[in-house]
Amino acid sequence: MKKGIEVSIAASIAAKLARVEAIAAYPITPQTHIVEHLAEIVANGELDAVYINVESEHSAMSACCGSSATGARTFTSTSAQGLELMHEILFIASGMRFPIVMATVNRALSSPLSIWGDHSDVMAARDTGWIMLFCENGQEVVDMIIMAFRIAEDRGVLLPVMVNLDGFSLSHVIEPIELPSQMMVDKFLPPYSPLYTLHPNKPVTMGAYAMPELYTEAKYAQEMAIINSKEIIKNVMDEFGKQFGRQYKPVETYNTENADFVFVALGSIGENIKTAIDELKGEGKNAGLVQLRLFRPFPSEELFSVLKDKKRVAVIERVMPAGAPNGPLFQEISSVMCTNSLLMHMENYIVGLGGRDVLPESFIDIFNGTACEKSTVPIRDKNFKVIGVRG
Amino acid sequence: MRQKGIEIYTDNPEEEFAVSGHRACQGCAEILAVRLALKIFGKNTILVMATGCMEIISTPLPTTTWTLPWIHVAFENAAAVASGIEGALKILMEKNKIPREDIRVVAIAGDGGTSDIGLQALSGALERGHKFTYICLDNEAYMNTGIQRSSATPYGASTTTSPPGKKSIGQATWKKDMPKIAVAHNIPYVATACPSYPFDLFSKVKKARMADGPSYLHILSVCPTGWRIPTDLAIEYGKLAVRTGVFPLYEVENGQYKITHSPEPLKPIKEYIKGQGRFRHLNDDQIAKIQGRVTKEWDNLKSRCELK
Repeated sequence: MKKGIEVSIAASIAAKLARVEAIAAYPITPQTHIVEHLAEIVANGELDAVYINVESEHSAMSACCGSSATGARTFTSTSAQGLELMHEILFIASGMRFPIVMATVNRALSSPLSIWGDHSDVMAARDTGWIMLFCENGQEVVDMIIMAFRIAEDRGVLLPVMVNLDGFSLSHVIEPIELPSQMMVDKFLPPYSPLYTLHPNKPVTMGAYAMPELYTEAKYAQEMAIINSKEIIKNVMDEFGKQFGRQYKPVETYNTENADFVFVALGSIGENIKTAIDELKGEGKNAGLVQLRLFRPFPSEELFSVLKDKKRVAVIERVMPAGAPNGPLFQEISSVMCTNSLLMHMENYIVGLGGRDVLPESFIDIFNGTACEKSTVPIRDKNFKVIGVRG
Repeated sequence: MRQKGIEIYTDNPEEEFAVSGHRACQGCAEILAVRLALKIFGKNTILVMATGCMEIISTPLPTTTWTLPWIHVAFENAAAVASGIEGALKILMEKNKIPREDIRVVAIAGDGGTSDIGLQALSGALERGHKFTYICLDNEAYMNTGIQRSSATPYGASTTTSPPGKKSIGQATWKKDMPKIAVAHNIPYVATACPSYPFDLFSKVKKARMADGPSYLHILSVCPTGWRIPTDLAIEYGKLAVRTGVFPLYEVENGQYKITHSPEPLKPIKEYIKGQGRFRHLNDDQIAKIQGRVTKEWDNLKSRCELK
């Protein structure tokens, strides 16, 4: 049964349903409601977990490494500057193969200071070796958090997983969400059974350093693990679908079959794009949407098979590419196309920075090719267009 | 020789936990300090180490020096990683997922990893009251990266980033008082120690091990390489640091200061400074200035002990 609930609260309940044992967190807007509610859950004895109120996000991720290494199922959450402060340890968590799950409430980065949503934070962390999932709505947040632990702790994966949800436009919204029962989650998600733990009964050395003769091999092994995780992720999604009735795929499509024009996007903005697509459909025009539920490992194959016969692709991003010819998602997609020797018409649009509202009309304008006529000042060496910049 | 106020161990544990094949420099007092301390911590210990000398000399993949469970994550976060381990042990024991045992988590970092980059994580962990021991192995500079100054480098010392010159005396600030910072967190046990005084070290490790909450040990670990002294003199210079009052041996139990080994009358610091290449450039006036500071701090320490 669905009930109206704030997405952040639902996220913390999902962590509870996953029976997390260790939480180390530092508050940052707009992640706060998640950690506040988890603190309450632990304080009320509703969850047997240790809650460590660390003094920074750097220590949050460090403590998570410690608790995960000791064998506790570990959860944390952060946003923006917090994710950047964790940045160093993100690499170490994945390199040491700790199955930590983190809800990242996506938010713009300073400066200028902005507490509102965009993808500047996660895009700066995209190559940290974490598996990255993106959610479109609150139901997905709950489901992805539960799936994230199954994926992370799979012996064939053993990598940390980041569940991304948009700040405010998702985190602070009250939505009808179906919360699964504890019994169902227990059936789907067995207790964490770590391969190695820090315990005097069986001493192991973790986090040793590698000389040049070994570093490449270690990183290659890690790369193989994240690449190979894709099949396991798909299996987990399938199994989740069978058990809970909600089927997810690494790449989701909406009205793509009949459309020559498709949008590609990440996160909650997909809902606005779908509204635009529906309106266009009413006018007899066909546009489709490709949404990436999975961003790391990058679902190249799945994406290629959807995009390969399209005439026009508009990649929608919520991050300023900072001197690059295009945004990160665009670069990744064009790299997939190039490696498959396919040149196609691709456009890159930057929208919704620092929480700027993006209305369905913008996507209709993008479809009609009129989105940037008034506002874009031509800059050489730049291919992307920023929607809604005022002169 | 029996020294007053110091517990003598007649049954020193034979078991070693820092064992074979480490790559410490000849004459390193730091690996000695760790080896001695771990004997007392014993088998039920989980070690967390910051990036630094000890980590680098002990764990080139696929080898290890440690027979205890050991983890290294990064430079500045040993205390935070230890917090996670301590928390996880507690909850896993509560849930009967692992047997209930008295396992001590020990975080070890150098002076840079403690007094500079790791200070925030340390302060957080001490404030939160995790039941763990933090050991600062103080060799008074970033020795592993090539002898750069840290905030624990003593005034006047030459390092590669505080070189003496026409406009420089070398390190231009006084050594940060880390034990005092630890004491300010109102934790059950803080002590200074030096492997030149092994029985004193044993006694303090034992108290740190038993503390019901965080404990902090600040161990002066003479570094022949960085101090520019012959490799056979590490123990001697540790003794001189104590006997001149440069590095007093004391402990603070629940806020109560106690000098554990009084070297009075103090030897002049010139005996400590001479022979160390890092102080070679200092003139008599500068040495006198250092002497003034050392004497004043020794008197301050004594007065804190008398406040009981």
